[in-house]
Amino acid sequence: MAILVIAEHDNAQLKAATRNAVTAAAKIGGDIHVLVAGAGCAAVADQAAKLAGVAQVKLADAAHYADQTAENLAALIVDVAKAGGYSHVLAPATANGKNALPRVAALLDVAQISDIVGVEGADTFVRPIYAGNALATVKSADAVKVITVRTTAFDAAADGGAASVAPVAAAADFGKSKLVGREITKSERPELTAAKVIVSGGRGVGNGDNYKALLEPLADKLGAALGASRAAVDAGFVPNDYQVGQTGKIVAPELYIAVGISGAIQHLAGMKDSKVIVAINKDPEAPIFQVADYGLVADLFEAVPQLTASL
Amino acid sequence: MKILVPVKRVVDYNVKVRVKSDGTGVDIANVKMSMNPFDEIAVEEAVRLKEAGIATEVVAVSAGVAACQETLRAALAIGADRAILIETSADEADNLQPLAVAKLLKALADKEQPQLVICGKQAIDDDANQVGQMLAALANWPQATFASKVVVAGDKATVTREVDGGLETLELALPAVISTDLRLNEPRYATLPNIMKAKKKPLDTVKPADLGVDVAPRLTTVKVAEPAKRQAGVMVADVAQLVEKLKNEAKVI
Repeated sequence: MAILVIAEHDNAQLKAATRNAVTAAAKIGGDIHVLVAGAGCAAVADQAAKLAGVAQVKLADAAHYADQTAENLAALIVDVAKAGGYSHVLAPATANGKNALPRVAALLDVAQISDIVGVEGADTFVRPIYAGNALATVKSADAVKVITVRTTAFDAAADGGAASVAPVAAAADFGKSKLVGREITKSERPELTAAKVIVSGGRGVGNGDNYKALLEPLADKLGAALGASRAAVDAGFVPNDYQVGQTGKIVAPELYIAVGISGAIQHLAGMKDSKVIVAINKDPEAPIFQVADYGLVADLFEAVPQLTASL
Repeated sequence: MKILVPVKRVVDYNVKVRVKSDGTGVDIANVKMSMNPFDEIAVEEAVRLKEAGIATEVVAVSAGVAACQETLRAALAIGADRAILIETSADEADNLQPLAVAKLLKALADKEQPQLVICGKQAIDDDANQVGQMLAALANWPQATFASKVVVAGDKATVTREVDGGLETLELALPAVISTDLRLNEPRYATLPNIMKAKKKPLDTVKPADLGVDVAPRLTTVKVAEPAKRQAGVMVADVAQLVEKLKNEAKVI
């Protein structure tokens, strides 16, 4: 049995999410191969080869993989999966993984299992449904299991391996889609999905200036990433890639500080696996207090600066 | 240009579902059902393209039990021109998985020949986020998932997508599949006159067998369980006590 893990990267750096997917693959058991597809991405393949537990790295380096469009990536993965006779194809459940893997599954005529949080056997997996309000255990009858992995549910695989890197042939360019622009939010802070501490603001913060003035100093003190509820994003306080929730990012830091967030089902779906949750809200009835380990009923405009000052 | 919009009838997003005590699923008997929120955004976008004179016809389609007609009527009230129900038995509907839905939609797309399919990025019940991508694969069309802006001009769609870390813009040759993200638009409320008019719009019914699609499930649900409950937390009196607890009890700072 061999498992193919699709590496997430930006052509220069292997993204941490790949490490979590490798750990999930190790739980399934079998030889783990990593596919790195990109343009000028040999360095990424070398980084993947160092991951503990990885037996082989396959490198597809071609100009039409530079932007990692779903169409080109899926065609390549299908070729590699068929040629290698893999029993499982895994990718982290990131925007890229979610984009490409269902396409792979349909081309292989198999189901895709989304966002797994547990491995019960080679064909049986646990995944959240209904915004995380239920956990379904599903068994696949397909010959190839195509799976995306919820990164926060698996530890990151460490370095320590020494896999070989083998080139694989590129598939034909699909040609009907192309990337014409990319706007990446610049941030000096830790990446939201990998941060140990997250400070998150909601509608209660009032506006974008307050968000900056109140939450940034606190996040600086804690070395934290900044997050937000949908209300804060829709109101334009922060860009939408800050959003934590069912439809945004799923996070599970050591400490999640929710400031002025009521705690709607959709928000809780994105953060309730955090180790310690702190809620600061002036409404004692806010649902966020039902999941908070430490709740403080207070005016956030007083409490947050005090908290920042006392750290 | 014809636009096909798949819509799904799901448990209303405000309902907190309960897991059945026998672990066979979640209890959705007597629970309020609504159109999946992402699908409302998809219908709205298609109707806006029609209002802008780009689309000529918007066809809403849903797969499931007869009650999905309500969901289709809701789409017609927003402004879709006609609807198609792919009617399944209750048992089939319980086990209707994304691959089967994608195959049904592919068969329908072969018949209807739309230039664009706009679907929601995920349904809030199974949280799969697969159908649009699978349909694009089966039809051999390009795809733009998680769309926050759509511009259609000539035989091309330019779509801005929400990705980890920011936004990216793709240019797709039509026909194509677009899946909607939350920020694409604000769906309108259906007005009473439009709800009345929607009752007179055509709604056709077909069966999966008419489309030549086998809807047998590939995945079996072994059990459904409640997630682990969090231990009850404590309320602290002030910031000083909060800091003390975080330092000494939780040891996270």
